[in-house]
Amino acid sequence: MSALEETQARVGDNPVLELEDCGKSYGNVHALRGVNISVRQGEVTCVLGDNGAGKSTLIKIIAGLHDYTEGSMKIDGVVRSFTSPRVAQQLGIATVYQDLALAPLMAVWRNFFLGNEIRKGIFLDVDQMKRIAGEELTKMGIVIPDLDRPVGSLSGGQRQVIAISRAVYFGARVIILDEPTAALGVKQSGVVLKYIVKARDAGLGVIFITHNPHHAYLVGNHFVILKLGRVVLDAHRDELTLAQLTGEMAGGQELDELSHELEGAQPGKVVAPHEVDHGALAAPVIDPEELAEIAEETKEGQ
Amino acid sequence: MTTVTTTPADDRVVTRSALSLILARPEVGALIGAFAIAALFFAVAPAFRSVGNIGTILYGSSTIGIMAVAVALLMIGGEFDLSAGVAVTTSGLMAAHTSWYFGLNVWVGVLAALLLSLSIGAFNGYLLHVTGLPSFLVTLGTFFVLQGVNLAMTRIIAGGVSSNSLSEIDGFDSARAVFASSFDIGPVTIKIPVVYWILLTIVVSLLLLRTRYGNWIFAVGGDSAAARAVGVPVVVTKIALFMGVGFAAWLLGMHLLFEYNTVQSGQGVGNEFIYIIAAVIGGCLLTGGYGSVVGASVGALIFGMTQLGITYAGWNPDWFKTFLGVMLIASVLVNMYVKRKAEGK
Repeated sequence: MSALEETQARVGDNPVLELEDCGKSYGNVHALRGVNISVRQGEVTCVLGDNGAGKSTLIKIIAGLHDYTEGSMKIDGVVRSFTSPRVAQQLGIATVYQDLALAPLMAVWRNFFLGNEIRKGIFLDVDQMKRIAGEELTKMGIVIPDLDRPVGSLSGGQRQVIAISRAVYFGARVIILDEPTAALGVKQSGVVLKYIVKARDAGLGVIFITHNPHHAYLVGNHFVILKLGRVVLDAHRDELTLAQLTGEMAGGQELDELSHELEGAQPGKVVAPHEVDHGALAAPVIDPEELAEIAEETKEGQ
Repeated sequence: MTTVTTTPADDRVVTRSALSLILARPEVGALIGAFAIAALFFAVAPAFRSVGNIGTILYGSSTIGIMAVAVALLMIGGEFDLSAGVAVTTSGLMAAHTSWYFGLNVWVGVLAALLLSLSIGAFNGYLLHVTGLPSFLVTLGTFFVLQGVNLAMTRIIAGGVSSNSLSEIDGFDSARAVFASSFDIGPVTIKIPVVYWILLTIVVSLLLLRTRYGNWIFAVGGDSAAARAVGVPVVVTKIALFMGVGFAAWLLGMHLLFEYNTVQSGQGVGNEFIYIIAAVIGGCLLTGGYGSVVGASVGALIFGMTQLGITYAGWNPDWFKTFLGVMLIASVLVNMYVKRKAEGK
């Protein structure tokens, strides 16, 4: 458990990213209120929440797509507000979006270096870019023999890894993963979780956004649960069990109330197929001659 | 085709054969088409076989190709420009009217036309960004605006439907030497736009495939949200692409002006589709993010060969447009087939 010891040794370090009472409102809608999060390097911070809990807003603030309207965000102890994703990237914060920010028709190496191309004079240094992309992907444990393949022809897990290794290569200290396992099967999810651990072992601060407490508990050091734009739970791994996390995530007290309501539901009961008494009304009978007359009248009418 | 297993972990990924790699290039369909058309007219039109006509065919192709190269780049960047056809006429008229009306050296007019053409491109791109409307709609608007301006301004300044002749005005000869001269290579007379066309194809193709701007163009066309997220300046890239079309329109407009001394104000309508068709024949996807500049030039060459081939073969030239329509659909089908063949190993 060297990884755990390493993490515990780092806990005393200053957080690289710190949100204090951070909030965002769109007009009269408070999408996020009073959020406090500290992200340390070499740790996985899991942000959980149901749909509409404010996870996306939180990512957008940290990634530099939106600015916050309340509180403060500190990078290395300095208060910052980002004006564009590029500024966030320059400070070492990289985001791997749900849609991965990869252009599907472009080659793997072109995508890997998109926005950060290596040049020799005015032209691209294609050979070096291909070599580096190949090496970085191999480090992450996937081998793509033909880097000229369009990204769209790769599997979901492979694309995820390209996006993660790209962020790692370009000097990210904090990497935000937006629901990386949401669209994947069980096996592919396992692959991605493995890369999350690899990114942590490489000394990165990982923010893992998910709504799956099982995935989160497998890799997380610290857990934050959002609900309706507020933090409802903020706990270290030592203070929680998976059952507690799942319970909190599913609504904790709300779930208790729901189970009271459902007590009379008798799960496991089998009910006989439904039998319907049809109404006593007979279907109308139309005289064929009458029908012919009506048809003729309609024709004349036209 | 070879099926070499590369990784034990995932044996679904196999290396592709050299043939399928070549077939995966977007311009392959157009090249095959160009050879087929050349073979057809070689067989049926004796005049097509004469060496001296190479210059004529290339010239016809170049007047489409100069624009097709810029339009293809714009399409790879995910946008259309329906005003490209009349923009050529607008540029020519701007130069002609400015020099004639103010009695200035024609070079002043030429510069004014360049400014106007680049501004029209920038305006198209900016309007697209501000309104968020599809470029099809925005440039359709510009198309009608320019068409009206061309006719109305020419009526006001020159009192008719064509600009006044510039041949008596200072600088005409030097401008003509730059934009509308010709030279001989053996029996072949090459007009200068052919040189510009080939130069433009090479430069723009290098720009697309070997510079970071090319990478950005592919990205904004393929997925502009993804491009923005990794820090590509999407709006600037798109505006620059529209300005590129403006530049090409200026170059062609200047050639037409100095070749014929005057410009007809109603010219150019409908040409925008010819440029788009040339780009599509060359392998550009209508949805953006994929295509080739060389392909678009080959598409223009197919046009040039067909246009003259029909005449040389003694067929009724009325059929030209019909032939184009058939070729467009056939080439798109061939491109799709080749692409699927190549990507499916």
